[in-house]
Amino acid sequence: MPPPPTPANVRVVTLTIDGQDLSARADETIIEVCRENQIPIPSLCYLDGLSIWGACRLCLVEIAGQGRLFAACATQVAEGMQVLTNTERLRRYRRTIVELLFAERSHICSVCVSNGHCELQHLAQTCGVDHVRVPYRQARYQMDSSHELFRLDHNRCILCTRCVRVCDEIEGAHTWDLMGRGSDCLVITDLAQPWGDSETCTGCGKCVQVCPTGALVKQGTSAGEMVKDQHFLPILARRRQAR
Amino acid sequence: MNLDDLADKAEEYRNQDPDITHEARVCMAASCQSSGAPEVMAALHRALTAIPPPAPGERQGDVEGDAERDGDSEGDGTMAGAGLAGPADRVTRGHRCKVKGVGCMGLCSAGPLVAVAEKGAELMASTLYREVRPEDAPAILASVAGPPVARLHCPTDQPFFARQQRIVLENAGVIDPDSFKGYVAVGGYAPLVQALTEMTPAEVLREITLSGLRGRGGGGYPTGLKWSTVAKMPGERKFVICNADEGDPGAFMDRAVLESDPHRVLEGMAIAAYAIGAAKGYVYVRAEYPLAVERLTTAIRKAKRAGFLGGKIAETPFSFEVEIRLGAGAFVCGEETALMASIEGNRGQPRPRPPYPAESGLWGCPTLINNVETFANIAPIVRHGGAWFAGIGTEKSKGTKVFALAGTIENTGLIEVPMGTRLRDIITAIGGGIPGGRAFKAVQTGGPSGGCIPAEHLDIPVDYDGLKTLGTIMGSGGMIVMDETADMVDVARYFMEFCMSESCGKCVPCRAGTQQLHALLDKIAKGEARHQDLALLEELCEVVQATSLCGLGQTAPNPVLSTLRFFRDEYEAKLCAP
Ligand SMILES: Cc1cc2nc3c(=O)[nH]c(=O)nc-3n(C[C@H](O)[C@H](O)[C@H](O)COP(=O)(O)O)c2cc1C
Ligand code: SF4
Ligand code: SF4
Ligand code: FES
Repeated sequence: MPPPPTPANVRVVTLTIDGQDLSARADETIIEVCRENQIPIPSLCYLDGLSIWGACRLCLVEIAGQGRLFAACATQVAEGMQVLTNTERLRRYRRTIVELLFAERSHICSVCVSNGHCELQHLAQTCGVDHVRVPYRQARYQMDSSHELFRLDHNRCILCTRCVRVCDEIEGAHTWDLMGRGSDCLVITDLAQPWGDSETCTGCGKCVQVCPTGALVKQGTSAGEMVKDQHFLPILARRRQAR
Repeated sequence: MNLDDLADKAEEYRNQDPDITHEARVCMAASCQSSGAPEVMAALHRALTAIPPPAPGERQGDVEGDAERDGDSEGDGTMAGAGLAGPADRVTRGHRCKVKGVGCMGLCSAGPLVAVAEKGAELMASTLYREVRPEDAPAILASVAGPPVARLHCPTDQPFFARQQRIVLENAGVIDPDSFKGYVAVGGYAPLVQALTEMTPAEVLREITLSGLRGRGGGGYPTGLKWSTVAKMPGERKFVICNADEGDPGAFMDRAVLESDPHRVLEGMAIAAYAIGAAKGYVYVRAEYPLAVERLTTAIRKAKRAGFLGGKIAETPFSFEVEIRLGAGAFVCGEETALMASIEGNRGQPRPRPPYPAESGLWGCPTLINNVETFANIAPIVRHGGAWFAGIGTEKSKGTKVFALAGTIENTGLIEVPMGTRLRDIITAIGGGIPGGRAFKAVQTGGPSGGCIPAEHLDIPVDYDGLKTLGTIMGSGGMIVMDETADMVDVARYFMEFCMSESCGKCVPCRAGTQQLHALLDKIAKGEARHQDLALLEELCEVVQATSLCGLGQTAPNPVLSTLRFFRDEYEAKLCAP
């Protein structure tokens, strides 16, 4: 699909990312420009086609002249902006964040249906996480297998809310939401009813496809079998915009 | 209505009961209420009625009391206690006294407080009584015309009162917070009328900018700059929000202001709305403050009826409506973007900034959000001018600051001092030092987002920049004093537990990081940690601080870093093996 034409009132700016001179539309975010130009930047909550959540903090970048860090997914580019995406400090922070995620719930890759196809696992590899220095939290959450097609395992959820957003913004069902706070946050269906009893779920499976981990999977898959396809999302999202 | 009309009204309200010469003011703010103020108030009423009936032709003493406050057709305070009250002059030899419920007088630890004063006199000029019991009522009434009751007397020339400068709290403990007339009588709403009838919005902005006022909600952002930014934003619809979510442990400044002088906050909001071009405002109050909510509700109703809120205020084209929104007790809902999400009816979770609320706030409209105390400073600034305000305080921190003194200190309560007051004066002179002859160890400012200040830095002048050099923050004004028995690792663990349980769970470093930090602090406190745990603690602090999405996570490590800075030996003493 061709890119949407630049609206007349949007300017084009130039900026540098990791020393590379680039041009971008003023309404683009740093992560979009990075993706266009094959500059790798880790992300978990961001997904092309969904609204911005800005919560995993993996895409943080340094901007010259600014004391604090900025989430590349939530920050628009500006003329003359100088962005650094891969400093030693950023790499250290990213490793720690991934470690924190692993320790928060029980991510044991070898027995997971998503083994080999999991974005968290992949990130751990690209960020260079070879061990987890903080203790595992050892909390145990219920599984929800009540849906005839899909299964939810909170123990593998990283609370990225991709499922919540795709269901609300693309499918229009708003079956998913969040409950609780802190580390005890849970994704829920309807008013925390079993997924199988949900009156709003259309069974479309978009949430399963966008879920980065093995938290949402198809029934009947076993270790390493759950391969996901998110290709539909940018296409659907742009069709919706065009209307 | 112009300023002269309002001045006439104020004069009329001041002279409403010409026979009354004195008031017995009972603090009816939450703290004194919980230590028995309502019973004292009732006893004072009974004592007035118990006075023998008047001789024929003599006038009845008036009683203005809590229960009658909303009784009259105008919806305002006064109601003659016909048949209820005896002639106060029998006991008081020529003086007539009424009983009045007022807001916080500051010395909460000595409550219930009762002040006997000439009508309209300020707190300093009153005879103050502490720890009053209902059975003391007759003696207190008798003292209206005689010497003070020595055993209850709490001199107002002691440093606790004498060293304060009351601007935000000027009416607290003096006026009846439920009385609209009482507020107007002390000059209330004149600054609003002045702004509306004699100043352009740009002139209001200029005075606020000139005053140098900075936000009292914790960040210290220049208020004039914030207002001008919202004023300049394009857009027809704009909003004003008053942040009254006050969730720091040990802080009760905003509650006291709302319970003592709610009209002042509404007036500040209305002036702000005029300056930035808003027609609608919200006060976001936590539901745990039922008394503040009740008084605010009354104040909004009465201000509206009198034409100081609602359509065409003071017969000008300016209209401004205010609504209350209740917070359900999540600390994070004090963060501005979470607060706005909550007002919109969504889950109270922060979002990345920019865009800041000034550009895109409530329902995407430009929104001004300020703290209760910030708004409470506005009317005096308009009344006396920005230059007057800028003459108080230090170079970069103007005006006064209200602090809530808590912890192991003699005088716990609410104080207001000029910016730049030395911490030692606050703790020793005003606070009265540490009880029980124990030594001072540290004071925590800024609550769970701040840090501690040890004894060797007690001479620091308290202002935004001074506290920053010590690694802590002014915060919203909570001061928790700790004596030599305090265990600083335990203090850090307490604040981390607070942040962990208040983390909204949105971003990973705060959600999972505070939980790991708490576990590490727990391990250290229990004597089970080693040196590498301490190193991990410091490293995690850095990550959580640098990478969290909102202020809660970004500042959650501060109490740990601060106690490590000043009391590292206490941590190290608890490590089990090198
Ligand atoms: C976790 C968190 C809690 C906060 N709680 C409050 C609060 O209870 N009251 C308040 O006025 N500001 C609070 N703030 C600050 C607000 O976000 C905002 O900066 C402030 O209301 C702006 O008003 P000011 O400029 O008058 O200070 C909080 C900030 C954070 C990050
Ligand atoms: S279930 Fe999957 S998509 Fe949904 S929040 Fe959890 S990890 Fe993200
Ligand atoms: S820092 Fe904490 S409170 Fe703030 S958004 Fe992140 S999880 Fe929520
Ligand atoms: S991808 Fe930017 S914060 Fe998650």
